[in-house]
Amino acid sequence: MSKPSLITQDLTIRFGGHVAVNAVSCDFRPGELTVIVGPNGAGKTTYFNLISGQLRATSGRVLKDGTDLTKMAPSTRAHHGVGRAFQLTNLFPELSVLENIRLAVQARSGDGWRIFRSARSLTELTARAERYLEATKLQGVAHQAASELSHGDQRKLEVALLMAMEPDIYMFDEPTAGMSLDHAPDVLELIAEIKHDTSKTVLLVEHKMDVVRALADRIIVLHNGTLLADGNPEEVMSSQLVKDVYLGKGVEPA
Amino acid sequence: MKNQTSPIVKLAVLAIAAALLFWPFLFQDVRSIQVAARICVFIVLVASYDLLIGYTGIVSFAHTMFFGFGSYGAAIALDRMGAGWTPVLLGGLAGVAVSLVVAVAVGLLSLRVKAIFFAMITLAAASVALVLASQLSGLTGGEDGITYRAPDLFKPATKLLVDEEGKVASLFGVRLNGKLAAYYFVFVSSLVLFLAMLRLVASPIGTVLKAIRENEARAEAIGYRVVAYRTFVFCIAAVIASLAGTVYAVWLKYTGPETALSFDIMIDILLMVVIGGMGTMWGAVIGATLMVLAQYYLRDLMGSASEALAGLPVLPDILSPDRWLLWLGIVFILLVYFFPKGIAGTLSARGKGA
Repeated sequence: MSKPSLITQDLTIRFGGHVAVNAVSCDFRPGELTVIVGPNGAGKTTYFNLISGQLRATSGRVLKDGTDLTKMAPSTRAHHGVGRAFQLTNLFPELSVLENIRLAVQARSGDGWRIFRSARSLTELTARAERYLEATKLQGVAHQAASELSHGDQRKLEVALLMAMEPDIYMFDEPTAGMSLDHAPDVLELIAEIKHDTSKTVLLVEHKMDVVRALADRIIVLHNGTLLADGNPEEVMSSQLVKDVYLGKGVEPA
Repeated sequence: MKNQTSPIVKLAVLAIAAALLFWPFLFQDVRSIQVAARICVFIVLVASYDLLIGYTGIVSFAHTMFFGFGSYGAAIALDRMGAGWTPVLLGGLAGVAVSLVVAVAVGLLSLRVKAIFFAMITLAAASVALVLASQLSGLTGGEDGITYRAPDLFKPATKLLVDEEGKVASLFGVRLNGKLAAYYFVFVSSLVLFLAMLRLVASPIGTVLKAIRENEARAEAIGYRVVAYRTFVFCIAAVIASLAGTVYAVWLKYTGPETALSFDIMIDILLMVVIGGMGTMWGAVIGATLMVLAQYYLRDLMGSASEALAGLPVLPDILSPDRWLLWLGIVFILLVYFFPKGIAGTLSARGKGA
């Protein structure tokens, strides 16, 4: 098995007396897609925020390829290859779709500080942005403002931004939430493609059991901020403990 | 909003630019050239403020402070060293240096905090600057300010070109003297600064600034160090405001708290940026022009309206020139009501909707 690309060691965050994520230790490897499941309030999104840097851990560490990210700002973690898409659509609403993607490409290329642009570098950036535009089938709306898009297209743009960052670690937080049935497969196909690249590590928070079954190499279960189960999909889904806390609540019939 | 600038806005800006370029040839009285120079300087000042409030979403009340650093830099140098270009250059550079140091300090210390606290900190800094200017009278001339001479080139007696008889030559009836040179010094400096800002907002960094305004957290998440970009734009805006202050000080040949540091100027800048339209650059041109014209000519206009209606009851009183501020206020309220995104912003948004 390959070396872990992302490690969380005893990762913990406390809000006052409430421990939202409690000593979660987990390794994630390239070429592996891990689905994180758990009831609402289990700490899944908080766990993501600790890894991508929106929240700072109270204790414990986050390591990416041996580098300690725990005290870094989100932008620095992004430059270390940790990419994150958000559960609630989180775009640049008044900028066009193409500009949204180009911003992510530009951040990756480190061209943000160029005051006197060379037209050539911008053409390159745009060309690269267009690749992601095509990959997410958003060419038709390239010049519309992000706020004018349908919900489904906004979700796709969210994925396009993450892809344009070209990270090593892809973190998707309920990428198909609120999407219609005809749109969801597009996004899932994109995730499946990323999964094919064995140098990439994918973390996915997802509720829909059919999605989990189709994509997961491994499932971890969070409950009240603690890691409850970790293993291959069949094992975890058949475990009685998991059924009790999660599937037992009748989220979706299998 | 896909940055589709409305054709009306473009035409208006072109018309204003052309008018400012040929102004001395169109209007020759002292007062109107004073108005044109003020418009030029305020376009730069308002555009640099728009970099903060319109492009990046930073609310600062210290913009006049930086304008004042530039003005007082030039004023003190011209006062101590006598007329010439060296004091203008040294004073201008000193103003820029002080502005940069203060902007970096304020930026790094406080751009991390919430917008409202940042605004309060800038307000405090600006008040301190104003108090210092009036208290350090040995250096700044206190409330009286400093009167000094501009470089010789700008003396009214200077002949830029002479005719056969050795007198100052004229072009289209305009005497090519130092006053004309002074106006074009203001015009060209303002144009260069404005074009530099246009370049900045069109560059990759301009898009990053807009991204920060739109969604700070996501900009950080895709890899932009938001505090660094904010501090950078705060410094750039401060430097440009300082340079505008230097240019205005050279033009006025007088610098005091009223012309360079007062909160009235800050309020003018805010009104201009709101009336013109935030985040457009063109809005600064339209806002500054309308506001300066109103400040200088609304009274005259009302005076003549009042005289014309002399026989009628009430109306002449209502339109009496003494009440010009009331009418200016009414005009602002109407403008904000009918152009909620400013003139440039609202026209562009309408053009797109149609």
